[in-house]
Amino acid sequence: MIDVIESGFFTTVQDSGRAGYRHAGVPTSGAMDAWAYRLANALVGNSGDEAVLEATMAGPTLRFRVEAVVAVCGGDFPCALNGQPISLWKPEAVQSGDVLEVGVCRTGFRAYIAVSGGIDVPPVMGSRSTYVPAQLGGLAGRPLRRRDVLPVGAMHPFTAARSIRWGLSRLAASYIHGKTKTVRVIPGPEYDEFTPESRRQFFAARYEVTPQSDRIGYRLSGPALALVRERDMVSEAVVFGTVQVPASGQPIVLMADSQTTGGYPRIAQVAAVDLPILAQARPGDCLQFQLVASEEATRLYKEQHHRLIRWMAAIRRQWEGEW
Amino acid sequence: MMMEYTLFPLCEYAVTVRFADCIDEAVNEVVHGTATRLEAAKKEGIEEIVPAFSSLTIYYDPLVIDYIGVGAWLRKNIRRPEQATRRLARTVVIPVCYGGEFGPDLSDVARFHGMTETEVVTLHSTGRYRVYMIGFSPGFAYLGGLSPRLATPRRPVPRTKVPAGSVGIAGGQTGVYPLATPGGWQLIGRTPLKLFDPHREKPSLLAAGDIVVFQPIGDCEFARWRGEHD
Repeated sequence: MIDVIESGFFTTVQDSGRAGYRHAGVPTSGAMDAWAYRLANALVGNSGDEAVLEATMAGPTLRFRVEAVVAVCGGDFPCALNGQPISLWKPEAVQSGDVLEVGVCRTGFRAYIAVSGGIDVPPVMGSRSTYVPAQLGGLAGRPLRRRDVLPVGAMHPFTAARSIRWGLSRLAASYIHGKTKTVRVIPGPEYDEFTPESRRQFFAARYEVTPQSDRIGYRLSGPALALVRERDMVSEAVVFGTVQVPASGQPIVLMADSQTTGGYPRIAQVAAVDLPILAQARPGDCLQFQLVASEEATRLYKEQHHRLIRWMAAIRRQWEGEW
Repeated sequence: MMMEYTLFPLCEYAVTVRFADCIDEAVNEVVHGTATRLEAAKKEGIEEIVPAFSSLTIYYDPLVIDYIGVGAWLRKNIRRPEQATRRLARTVVIPVCYGGEFGPDLSDVARFHGMTETEVVTLHSTGRYRVYMIGFSPGFAYLGGLSPRLATPRRPVPRTKVPAGSVGIAGGQTGVYPLATPGGWQLIGRTPLKLFDPHREKPSLLAAGDIVVFQPIGDCEFARWRGEHD
């Protein structure tokens, strides 16, 4: 068990998402930054899809009632274990009674706090991910509150607590830095219906992430985008990363909790490879969109997947070496 | 009915098959016929087939099958003769307690159309509604088939909370709120049924392609339904 001493700004339980229920109108949810989520799980010796805590902007303070291994990955959140600063992207052994403080994020926006054995809330529709609008999954379908108690699964024997002297190189976090983030996109289904000027602006200008941004979508601010001819759209599928443009002309990027269908014209689709970059953008950061072909986006996605597999295999070997 | 279609990648793991760009019963029928056929022909890597008004989207695992592979699989199966693939539409009866505290806007809707409340209820509950698609929120069904005589503009100021099960009208659409959410629909009644229940094997009561019939019930029956099913 873990006691929640402070909840942080918006902390939810997330895993790899709730797949297979789009036909019932249920969003996939899951960790916004899959890269940090996967590596955090690997660092604590978890096998893959265990649930972690996703912290936003300001992290929680947690007291462990169990012996465990923890790792914090993602944005640059100052972290301390019993008051002593600890590194991100690195496994740490904790004893019963230890207190982990995850502070206020300096760059990036989200942190993934993984615990050996995973956060063991009951799965709902095959996932432990929290979807707040429908109160699904997680801890009673809501963000953490002070005095919550989180169940923890059984940890892998090879992570039995001792001091751990290794972690990931700074390369793991290289996508997080910078106030202006380059995000690759493929053309959206309605791309050709936008005016040539709008299509030019979309790539030439920078779009700022506004404070009206959350796990459902980021509202952006920048040059307004217009269709050649306004028309009524018939609702169609949308996914994490779809950039849609309502009548205001200000684009919205749909995120992990986005609904399954939408009725606004879609100018672009963020390449899956760059979704972690988007997940770590905070209000005030700027996005610079860059066009790539659909085949290129798929190639980049597979390449990233294989890079992740290699990193995870290296972590696994490190753990086996410890054992 | 066979229709022309266009195919385009939505993202690295989804393709959309679009038959038309309109809300039309015959087109929607083709969408569901095709979805049923593709569902029966599912192969490794094809994860989910999700129908919409006039298109459907196929979700796949790009590490198992690529866009070209999905396209080839689709072309092979989309052209199959329709025999035995056209399933009979399922009819779902939704009991509704109209008016009173459950349908606070029923009198406004009646006044708007110069009808009595009973006439509105009769017209609404004698319709047959088609579930064109599920979307917008978990378990929310886009229904076609509202009598044009009942088309009513949304409320000028949306309510901050509409209870789950509320039955409403918005423009030419009618529908049921699966979850308590804010909303601007004219509320004419409420059903005791749960349109969405994450703990059921099929969380959404309605599925795309279903036919919906509203059955008027009284307050007592509403309470009894709740008692029996909660």
